[in-house]
Amino acid sequence: MSILIDKDTRLICQGITGKAGEFHSKNCIDYGTNMVAGVTPGKGGQTALGLPVYDTVVEAVEQQGANASMIFVPPPFTADAILEAADAGIKVIAAITEGVPVLDMVRVYNRIKDMDVHLIGPNCPGIITPEACKMGIMPGYIHKRGKVGVMSRSGTLTYEAVWQLTNLGLGQTTCVGLGGDPIVGTSFIDLLKMFQADDETEAIIMMGEIGGTAEEEAAAFVQEHVTKPVAAFIAGRTAPPGKRMGHAGAIISGGKGTAEEKITALEAAGIEVAQSPADMGEAVVRAMKRAG
Amino acid sequence: MKIHEFQAKGLLRDAGIAVPDSVVARSPEEASAAFTKLGGPIAVVKAQIHAGGRGKGTIKGNPDQRGVQLVKTADEAAAVAKNLLGNELVTIQTGPEGKKVQQVLVEAGCEIDRELYLGIVVDRGCGMPVLMVSSEGGMDIEEVAANTPEKIFKEPFCPDAGLQGYQVRKLCHRLGLTGATVRSAEKFMRGLCKLFVQLDASLAEINPLVVTKSGDVIALDAKISFDDNAMFRHAPLAELRDLSEENPAEVRAGEAGLSFVQLEGNIGCLVNGAGLAMSTMDLIKLHGGEPANFLDVGGGAQVDAVTEAFRILLSDKNVKAVLVNIFGGIMRCTTIANAVLEAYKQVGFNVPLVVRLEGTEVEEGRKILEQSDVDIISAEGLTDAAKKVVAAAGAA
Repeated sequence: MSILIDKDTRLICQGITGKAGEFHSKNCIDYGTNMVAGVTPGKGGQTALGLPVYDTVVEAVEQQGANASMIFVPPPFTADAILEAADAGIKVIAAITEGVPVLDMVRVYNRIKDMDVHLIGPNCPGIITPEACKMGIMPGYIHKRGKVGVMSRSGTLTYEAVWQLTNLGLGQTTCVGLGGDPIVGTSFIDLLKMFQADDETEAIIMMGEIGGTAEEEAAAFVQEHVTKPVAAFIAGRTAPPGKRMGHAGAIISGGKGTAEEKITALEAAGIEVAQSPADMGEAVVRAMKRAG
Repeated sequence: MKIHEFQAKGLLRDAGIAVPDSVVARSPEEASAAFTKLGGPIAVVKAQIHAGGRGKGTIKGNPDQRGVQLVKTADEAAAVAKNLLGNELVTIQTGPEGKKVQQVLVEAGCEIDRELYLGIVVDRGCGMPVLMVSSEGGMDIEEVAANTPEKIFKEPFCPDAGLQGYQVRKLCHRLGLTGATVRSAEKFMRGLCKLFVQLDASLAEINPLVVTKSGDVIALDAKISFDDNAMFRHAPLAELRDLSEENPAEVRAGEAGLSFVQLEGNIGCLVNGAGLAMSTMDLIKLHGGEPANFLDVGGGAQVDAVTEAFRILLSDKNVKAVLVNIFGGIMRCTTIANAVLEAYKQVGFNVPLVVRLEGTEVEEGRKILEQSDVDIISAEGLTDAAKKVVAAAGAA
């Protein structure tokens, strides 16, 4: 198995007639993803990449049985597009769009948190289950089907880790980029639960970065609930403090958020922490060896 | 986007949130007139710069002049304004070079009974905006959080329903505010929460929030920052931006849609993705080098923007070598390769350029560079790239 998406996923793209939407939909189709439609309000009845285009997501669900959507619409319309997909019954949504206002995401997050839907992003690379379904902007060729679950707050850092794993002969079950924004739909803990429950996943790697407390919370969860070997990397060890986060931002997290604090929390939870971004793949190998 | 204290107070005043009377002055004469206009026995002259710690900060070359000073006469107001205006104020947040004071705020004094802290941010943990208050007003709130976190009280609120009355009453109870002060606090807190949402703020901080001797709650200082991603729906706010407060290279990068932070080292970095950009900095340090900047070209940047990124990097005199580290996803390696050629044509490379390409359209991108006459040190993988650029910077 895998998590979130597989070869039976019926994917649509909201914003398929835009430049980025079309380019990346094409790459997904070329990868072998089962794309069934596109949605662009006002362009219903047209075709794009040989797929039918609908005005609304609900039509794509009713007529094509769509159950997953990747979103490429511009930032002012992204919150609306996410809510439309969730309302139409789409189960997995990846919002690729970068630059969504934080308060828009506050509204979306609180609206969908009790619904039966997984939102990945925004500001994320999407999800890929190698050799089955690519739903996002990641380069397909670096992936290989296998047994490592990959999750990250950074898109390109995910690619880096995947490439290292593939070069070491370690394939991946599913790779998920959570997104770099302050408010995103899915947390490390949500994915840890899924990877723990997935039979095919034998090890997990997470890439975090400075700011917030998501990594500390994930570390605590791993200690309590995850029996599979876990490796991690934290980006931003050398970043100057206070450059991007306002003063009060650090308060909320009770003074947490530096790379050192995160690494300490991860190591205390028995997680193998890569010391360099070039060491992420090897860290998974060490974590697996340690676990026997 | 950050704004000045006087601008933040203007927004508060327009929203009916209590602030002291004040007048902005850009010359000693204006400061003198402002004191007279305010009519009080005392006033406070406050330097306006985008940095905290002004009260303890001092003017460069004049260590007796602090950034905030109480005055008792119009002449005194003019004298303080003269010391501040046109000079650099150095605070714990400005760095040793300080920031030039271009205007002062002359503000009516008030009789202070208590100083509190109030802040609003969006909390990643609960996915909501959160109002925080503390009895420790005027203090560095990060210190309070680290040493006495029990003195900070938080209430999350829904952006559309806003902060509720019972939440205010609870916070007032925690702070020991009673009677008419509770009503004044309610107007203040609910008003500020509403304004935070209306303006798509990312931070609103009132430190100190003052309870006057007559029991009113009033903002003695005000700091507001806005969510850059939401500026498209707040055109009037854009006029409040003060470009002279920002790093010129960072402004230039922002205009090209690039995320850029100036640092102290000598290795210029051009990377796609914030996580990889931070990791690239980490890696350079790990191999004994010092990054000159953080630069994330993002995913959607076209050749023009990436060429501008090269121009910004190469205009930094400290830069002795440049590392291009691209793992293409939404960004295509061909875009980067074409930008390298374009930058070479337009500005030339006066320092060694190490390029590591991987990801979307990597073969095509590498081919473009190989077939060009640009002198490039190509690298395979992260460690190789870091070692080569550190060596190149060291040799230069």
